[in-house]
Amino acid sequence: MLKIESLSKSFGGLKAVSNLNIDIKDGELIGLIGPNGAGKTTVFNLITGVYEPTEGEILFRERKIGGLKPYQVTHRGIARTFQNIRLFADLTVIDNVKIAYHQHAKYSSLGAILRLPSYFKGEAEMENKALELLKVFHLEGKAKEAAKNLPYGEQRRLEIARALAAEPKLLLLDEPAAGMNPQETHELMELIRWIRDTFKLTILLIEHDMSLVMGVCERIYVLDYGTIIAQGGPDEIKSNPKVIEAYLGEEAI
Amino acid sequence: MKRVSILNRKNALTLFLVIVIYAVIQGLIVTDILPPLYTSTLIQVCIYVILAASLNLINGITGQFSIGHAGFMAIGAYFAGIVSVKFHGPLFLALLAGGIVAAVAGFIVGLPTLRLRGDYLAIATLGLGQIVMIIFQNMDYFGGAAGMQVGRHVNWSWAFWGTIISLVVIHNFVNSTHGRACISVRENEIAAEAMGVNTTKYKVLAFTLGAFFAGVAGGIYSNYMYFIQPTTFNFLTSFNILVMVVLGGLGSMTGSILGALIMTVLNVALSGIPSLRMVITALLLIIMMLFRPSGLMGTKEFNLNFLEKKEERTVA
Amino acid sequence: MHSITELLQQLVYGLSLGSIYALIALGYTMVYGIVKLINFAHGDVMMVGAYMGWLAITVFHFPFFPAILFAMIVAAIAGIIIERAAYKPLRNATRIAALITAIGVSLFLEYGGMLVVGAQMRTYPNVFPETMYKIGGITFKFGDIVMLVTALVLMLLLHFTVQYTKIGKAMRASSFDMEAALLMGVNVNTTISATFAIGSALAAAAGVLYGIYFNSIDPLMGITPGLKAFVAAVLGGIGIIPGAMVGGLVLGVTESLVSGLGASTWRDAVAFLILILVLIIKPSGLFGKNLREKV
Repeated sequence: MLKIESLSKSFGGLKAVSNLNIDIKDGELIGLIGPNGAGKTTVFNLITGVYEPTEGEILFRERKIGGLKPYQVTHRGIARTFQNIRLFADLTVIDNVKIAYHQHAKYSSLGAILRLPSYFKGEAEMENKALELLKVFHLEGKAKEAAKNLPYGEQRRLEIARALAAEPKLLLLDEPAAGMNPQETHELMELIRWIRDTFKLTILLIEHDMSLVMGVCERIYVLDYGTIIAQGGPDEIKSNPKVIEAYLGEEAI
Repeated sequence: MKRVSILNRKNALTLFLVIVIYAVIQGLIVTDILPPLYTSTLIQVCIYVILAASLNLINGITGQFSIGHAGFMAIGAYFAGIVSVKFHGPLFLALLAGGIVAAVAGFIVGLPTLRLRGDYLAIATLGLGQIVMIIFQNMDYFGGAAGMQVGRHVNWSWAFWGTIISLVVIHNFVNSTHGRACISVRENEIAAEAMGVNTTKYKVLAFTLGAFFAGVAGGIYSNYMYFIQPTTFNFLTSFNILVMVVLGGLGSMTGSILGALIMTVLNVALSGIPSLRMVITALLLIIMMLFRPSGLMGTKEFNLNFLEKKEERTVA
Repeated sequence: MHSITELLQQLVYGLSLGSIYALIALGYTMVYGIVKLINFAHGDVMMVGAYMGWLAITVFHFPFFPAILFAMIVAAIAGIIIERAAYKPLRNATRIAALITAIGVSLFLEYGGMLVVGAQMRTYPNVFPETMYKIGGITFKFGDIVMLVTALVLMLLLHFTVQYTKIGKAMRASSFDMEAALLMGVNVNTTISATFAIGSALAAAAGVLYGIYFNSIDPLMGITPGLKAFVAAVLGGIGIIPGAMVGGLVLGVTESLVSGLGASTWRDAVAFLILILVLIIKPSGLFGKNLREKV
């Protein structure tokens, strides 16, 4: 599904990511963890085309995607959420979702201007798809509310719903549990697993909340100073001395 | 499930109102009841409504701050004028030509400049507007600094229906997935791109479409005003259009119409004392920014939704 | 361009004009550096300064230096008032709202000025003797030399103020990070006022010099040099003080050369073309660093 080969990214003299290798199979649920400033979000930004790799390759379904623009990466089938929520705050909940459906829209600008039948058919289809998706996330009752008026937890859910509207094969979640309480985090865990199974997705997530990562991820990559220092199942990672050192410092061992 | 169709009560009533407004004014003109100054003001309102609505598409809907709109108006005015005067083409063709040349210019300058953000884009478009003016000043084919004689080919019917068609096209574009893509660029460019919206394409598309209608408005202007000069399309004209959009509320099309109406009437009423007029405009704008920066309408639209069945609104 | 002498002559003209642009550009760049606002009204503050200088010379019969000082003081006060009345309430608003307000203030000064002093041009008094110096075929007018020297002295003064005084340090700190400066005990309001005062005073000096250079003033005189000085600021890298000085001189020389080539009607277009090219190719200007939004 996703194969990252000896990927590096430097900003000026600073190497944010160096010689990174990640291999994700179809349908896996993978965690990417690491201390603050380890370069996790940079990896996401490299995959999604926000940054261009300095070296190395990113292959998605056997095709190179390194250096593509973010929207092109999305068209290939990768969607993401953001660490700091980036909803279209002033727009309604349903419009947020519809915008992510845009790439699948079946009518042209001209069709819209002339109000051809294709416009009415296309709009009705988008409306229905968006409503269905909102139902899944229990947001259908708030479809016409401005996104910024939703409570924090619902905004996070809406961001995931919006990413799914792009109909991705690979979903990247950047700290989906940030700012949530244990109860909400637990519900989110269930939701993530459910999404993966229902939408037949592959998921890669960055997270600080260890209970979530350990509870939901099948495999985990640990990033420190821009390189992978460990990988494996949750239990392997928990007992890996390198990981403990990276998180707690040397004295802890 | 909500069904969308072109035949609903709202559209029917809007069409009815539009026809009534047209017929009443046309009647008053034909019977010579309406003084020429009023007719001229109404036609100017039409021209500025198109200009404001097209600038709103760029500034308000897509969030790309352009302050050189008069440049595209100038291109449309001159090329439509040329078609009318030198080729004796029909008015429809003249307006279309003005719009197309302006759109091409918008596309060519939009492609590189729309990478700029916020006030940098603003200042670049200001520079572009000035350059257009200077080019026309230096081109003898277009009459140079002295200006160009065009004659009057536009009447109330042309101005009114030209405006209605422009508004319908802009409205239909905005209220579609393509319009939503433009709005997403305004709301959060990074998120829009991540959701698969080709932000560059939609910025350039909105800019080109906006330039097209500025060109059409320019064409109506030159074919109504007898005579045009490069300095007619200076920074103050760009600014005037901007004030209309901001006054009405960036992002609101009905706001732009309202803004164009208020400012044009105000400008005509105070035309005897130009410097006082500008002082009032300036103060109006400053006060607006200090106390109601979102304009009269905000991003909201005045519409006839309240006529639709209640249940539709309570779905949410 | 027929000879080296003529080229050098154009260069001399260009430097005089460029030093005026540089003085105005400094105000743009200082204000932008601190409050991230394109102060559109800056060119009109220059106009106010020019009128104050005119008033001082023709009505009060001041000599050149007291007149320019008078203009600078009045403009500094005007700058502070403009900031307090129009820009301060918008400090947390969107940049576009602030930009629109600045355009509003600009129009208010232009047309308000027209209501007060009338729309007609006024002849600027000739304060310098018509002495000319010829060195190797190049003519230096006494006035040009005084202008260039005045501009250079003011720029040096500014440089020392910004680098070595307390208020200068506060300015640099606020420009780097306004919130951090605030937390470190910098009085940001005073600093911003001082920035507007200094910028406006420099613009007023430029206004007086501009009046002398072109012999006439009118209420709309600030628009074109204001825009060009902005171009100069962008060219040098907006927010960077030495950039504004270099940008002003480069623009002045470029314009003179274009005029020297016989294309004076295209002069303004060239300035705007430079602006657009700089913005597209290197928006941070000759001396700036590129920054991008963090995702």
